[in-house]
Amino acid sequence: MPLLPRPRAALRLASPRRSGPSLTRTLIPQPPPSLSTPRSLPTSFLPSSSEARKNRTHMSSLLSTLDALRTTARAGGGAATTERWRARGTAKLTARERISALLDPASPFLELSPLAAHEVYPDPLPSAGIVTGIGVVEGRKVMVVANDPTVKGGAYHPLTVKKHLRAQEVALENRLPCVYLVESGGAALPYQSEVFPDHDHFGRIFYNMARMSGLGIPQISVVHGISVAGGAYMPAMSDVVIIVKNQGRIFLAGPPLVKAATGEIVDEETLGGGEMHTSVSGVADYLASSDGHAIRLAREAVRDLGKVGEHGRNVSVSSYLPSAGSGNGSQASGRQDLDAIIPADPRQSYDPREIISRLTDGSEFREFKAEYGKSIITGFAEIHGHTVGIIANNGVLLSPSALKSTHFIELCSQRQIPLLFLVNVSGYMVGEKAERGGIAKDGAKMVRAVARAKVPKFTVVTGGTYGAGNYGMCGRAYSPRFLWMWPNAKICVMGPDQLASVMQTVGGKKAKQSVEEQEKSFETLRGRIEKESSALYSTARIWDDGIIKPSDTRDVLGLALELADEEQAGRIAEGGGGNGGRGEIGAEGDSGGWGVFRM
Amino acid sequence: MKSIASKARRSAAHGLRGATASRPPIPLAPASAAVLARQHPAQQQIQVQSGRCISSSGRVRQAGSVLPQATTGVLGDGAVNYVPIPEGQRSFKKILIANRGEIACRIIRTARRLGISTVAVYSEADKDCMHVAMADEAYCIGPAASSESYLKIDKVLEVAKMSGAEAIHPGYGFLSESMVFAQRVQEAGFAFIGPPPEAIRSMGSKRESKEIMLAAGVPCVPGYHGAAQDTPTLLAAAHKIGLPILIKPTHGGGGKGMRIVHDMANFEEEVLSAKREAVKSFGNDELLLERYLVRPRHVEVQVFADQQGGCVGLWERDCSVQRRHQKIIEEAPAPGLSPELKRDFAQKAVAAAKAVNYVGAGTVEFIMDAETDEYFFMEMNTRLQVEHPVTEMVTGIDLVEWQLSVAAGNPLPMTQDQVPCIGHAFEARIYAEKPEANFLPDAGRILHIRPPTDAPHRLETGFQEGDEVSSYYDPMISKLIVHGKDRAEALSLLQRALGQYQVVGPSTNIEFLKAVAGHPDFQAGAVETNFIPQNHDELFKVEPIPSNVLAQAALFLSLRETQQSAGVGGTWATLSFKRFGDVSERVYHFDEHEVRIRHLATGIEVVVDGQSEQVNPTLISDTELITQFATSRTSATVIPVGLRLHLFTSGKHYQLQQSPSEVDADASASGQSSDNLTSPMPARVLEVRVKEGEAVTSGQVVCVLESMKMEINVRAGRDGVVGKVGAEKGMVVEEGQVLVVLAKE
Repeated sequence: MPLLPRPRAALRLASPRRSGPSLTRTLIPQPPPSLSTPRSLPTSFLPSSSEARKNRTHMSSLLSTLDALRTTARAGGGAATTERWRARGTAKLTARERISALLDPASPFLELSPLAAHEVYPDPLPSAGIVTGIGVVEGRKVMVVANDPTVKGGAYHPLTVKKHLRAQEVALENRLPCVYLVESGGAALPYQSEVFPDHDHFGRIFYNMARMSGLGIPQISVVHGISVAGGAYMPAMSDVVIIVKNQGRIFLAGPPLVKAATGEIVDEETLGGGEMHTSVSGVADYLASSDGHAIRLAREAVRDLGKVGEHGRNVSVSSYLPSAGSGNGSQASGRQDLDAIIPADPRQSYDPREIISRLTDGSEFREFKAEYGKSIITGFAEIHGHTVGIIANNGVLLSPSALKSTHFIELCSQRQIPLLFLVNVSGYMVGEKAERGGIAKDGAKMVRAVARAKVPKFTVVTGGTYGAGNYGMCGRAYSPRFLWMWPNAKICVMGPDQLASVMQTVGGKKAKQSVEEQEKSFETLRGRIEKESSALYSTARIWDDGIIKPSDTRDVLGLALELADEEQAGRIAEGGGGNGGRGEIGAEGDSGGWGVFRM
Repeated sequence: MKSIASKARRSAAHGLRGATASRPPIPLAPASAAVLARQHPAQQQIQVQSGRCISSSGRVRQAGSVLPQATTGVLGDGAVNYVPIPEGQRSFKKILIANRGEIACRIIRTARRLGISTVAVYSEADKDCMHVAMADEAYCIGPAASSESYLKIDKVLEVAKMSGAEAIHPGYGFLSESMVFAQRVQEAGFAFIGPPPEAIRSMGSKRESKEIMLAAGVPCVPGYHGAAQDTPTLLAAAHKIGLPILIKPTHGGGGKGMRIVHDMANFEEEVLSAKREAVKSFGNDELLLERYLVRPRHVEVQVFADQQGGCVGLWERDCSVQRRHQKIIEEAPAPGLSPELKRDFAQKAVAAAKAVNYVGAGTVEFIMDAETDEYFFMEMNTRLQVEHPVTEMVTGIDLVEWQLSVAAGNPLPMTQDQVPCIGHAFEARIYAEKPEANFLPDAGRILHIRPPTDAPHRLETGFQEGDEVSSYYDPMISKLIVHGKDRAEALSLLQRALGQYQVVGPSTNIEFLKAVAGHPDFQAGAVETNFIPQNHDELFKVEPIPSNVLAQAALFLSLRETQQSAGVGGTWATLSFKRFGDVSERVYHFDEHEVRIRHLATGIEVVVDGQSEQVNPTLISDTELITQFATSRTSATVIPVGLRLHLFTSGKHYQLQQSPSEVDADASASGQSSDNLTSPMPARVLEVRVKEGEAVTSGQVVCVLESMKMEINVRAGRDGVVGKVGAEKGMVVEEGQVLVVLAKE
């Protein structure tokens, strides 16, 4: 950045008789002293070009669709259901109201997969009937998992289970205390075969709770409503349980089942109400008089977590004030431009540096190996003060680009610098030349490096993520700490056109089909694949952690990078060393103990 | 010296005469300074001293900031300059002050300035009070109740002996008008800084004082002060006096047993009722009758007499604005008096004082008919009065200094025609009381107090932040005094100073004083003793709370919560309120209003009762908020006391009751608080009506308290059984102290 000329002349005019010291004062803030001059990336973006306008229109239509869908999802079971549900108790709070009350007022909230289960089941299941996300409670970052009782009674559908497990995974990786706001009838019985028996099904929730507790990650449950059968283990497996009087119920079988089984006639409150559980059974620890009171008790429980998660609490209070920055006063410029930079046509290429410069502090980027393997961009930058190694696609992956990426990943892993993948990749190069050059071998190097990198990884899909490029660019299977999609993102094993034609080729021409029929079936297939490639399709199935706005990307990454930093700091503080990759945390066979038994 | 003088001239109450003085004038009484300079040429050194003082007060005035010493010690610290008493006269070395609160502090300040050591006395409740800290020595003389401490003559004299004081200043109230005390002080060999016992006695009896006045040619209200108290005699006298008639107990005061008769038909009945009340209150049913004035004004004259027989009138004060027969705003001079009338008043007052061989500071009170300018003697107060500062402001005389000098045997330093009267002064008395509840006294800890910031003023107080306004003593917190070149200027200074004065803790009458000072009739000088009842509706008008006040209250809470969310730093703090696609919204309820604070990407939106506005608030300290609204910028000081918010903005004090958030509401509901019956204010337990294990019903009185002479019933909030009783008869309890606990169901 060129130094701004100091307005000496103006100063002289303002105070003509002053001499000496006052003249050396600068009115315009100067960058902090540094040996190197900060350089922000140049940009060739023209905000008012016709192309930019077209792009912006396209993106804003995607964004307004996204906003509308999120508004619907936020409403849970809808106004009418919510009113009916509220009428069943006094001063009941909805899932989102409970979360709002739980979080510190100024806390950010990083919600995960808000559009989960969008258009997946025959009946709508907004947010998959469960709200998950990270927020600040009493100064500590916690994972909040809240059942939405207005959505099918909070019943666990397959995607509800998946979303719950994903939240626990995020909590485990980032060592975040978990607060479960429970009100659910348990497994959705019609889907029992998809939620009950398998490895990553309902039972895994309690397995994770035991595992996290064993690793010293607190598990706190607030039982706001019904919590029965398998669901009863949610509170029972927690370190601390708060239950709402005359509202929360914990039992293995409800009154009808009890009657059928033993002939015993008993009402719900006697069978599993808060008073009984806090005074007789010991299944719950604190009795709350209402949802609000329970939330207050939950806040107090978080306050009493002692040294757990303490490494994230040591910064002075004043930095919460809006005026106080976090030391990275130089914002990335023009983040709104991102909407107009992404081409409306997904096949059109663009320079990823235009994105990078709008994500990093001071729009800086210190590029590594710029002239080698130019179809991938690697380099260092800061995002909200956190140093990160960025890998961004700039075309199809060739051998040199794969080798350069591998080299860069090794550097970051050695230096404990987190990796950020900005993904827009059609795959690794195909063709005789590429194969003869050993693209499979070089691509594998990159994939291996990504898989084994001992640093937190973050993935943002800014365009397409196709084929093996998805692996090399840290797709979901490569366990990035978080994976977010932009609204325009596509995800598929290959492009819909290619896929459809490959299918036709491989399947052979059906003799009886006319040309029209063939074309029609091609189009049908292509259309289906097109739909299945969309960001919405992906986020509905929790292949990602949510669709984010391009302009929010910098902030979302800032929060995520800080979680990773704190997790690492916590590990160092516990003597675990700073060199442990995510594979070592909470891996099965980990060093954790039993966890907290409920007595 | 020259520039100091010119500064002083600008800062002087008015420069008309001060400017002509060849020597540096004294700001509050330049004329008198000039006069004095002529009369006492030997005072050169003192003049120089005052010159230095002037420069300080002049600078302060010019800069438009507070008189900095106002709260801690105005007198003698340069903010107020008094006409000094000539050197080389007799002076006490050490005095005892048999009083507390602001007047004790006031006396100590003058004594300090004169190099006189001070001895304070205090009750057990007052050990941390300002007067104790300010005095050179202080001695505890008994428990909190004044009958056990400040009224104990023996103990006061014992301390005086022990400490080696030469004289005793009684202040006002307590023993100040006790003839017995004055006598005992003198018998014990101390000087009494006040009038001779005989003068106190004469003026203490209403009938005797009137007889003396009539003999001295001082007009008295037509009335009957006879010893015969049978109804026919009284009735005959009433016919002679003429309607309307005021019936008053001879030995009474404070309005008790007073009756006004507009119709002779009711006369007998009212006499009987007045007698009953008089017996009850004063143990004596003697009554006197007087003509009742319909538009009366209360005008009083400050007189000062020396032991040599010299006596001057220090002009008059108007103290017409009263509530519960107590003054709340006083001014000097009285508005609308002709120079002749003014002189007349002073002459009659001096005559009155001379008639009883008065010595020291005294006040002759007159009742004046606002329509006819007729005036009559009412009574003489044989002490320094609460409102003496207004006289000091317009005359430039330190009345306490004069008191000390005269008591030491010195003659008065001025003759009547040398007494100046410059500009206009107001005093507003800040009481801990509830004007809306018929001015019921209040008590409690002062949680926040800020004197006026930029309006030149003088503040006399015995309290500082954290002090307790005790129910044992007078609930006056302070006196706010202003001085201007004329009534209009003084009044606008008063309004400005009141607007900046912030007190949180006990309820105060500051808002009420603002309403009085802003009333058109008061502004016009149309004062009379019925001012408050006559303008009751206007003075007690309840204004709706402006939406920007509600907005500021919510913004304050929101920003404070942000600050209090402890411990988070870094990006999660920088990105506070970010909800990515959702909006962080906090709802606050104040009384019946709803305020939403929404954190949008573009800034903070505040929605007051559905009306939305984008704002930019900044919390500049723990209590101060600056808010940039769309078209205005305001600042506010906000003091939260529990869920009650005190918000000071634009010269007004707003109180907002915040409804607890859903989280806090339930916490309090589920807690034991409703089972704990507590004292609503500091009080004494009169009676405990329940025993442990006794069943009570909702609304039943469980305990009776007394505070500020009022009985308070503490009631059960629900049906139940008494679990514990924590109060017993005679016990003194704090605000919030648990008296009775109901057992859990």
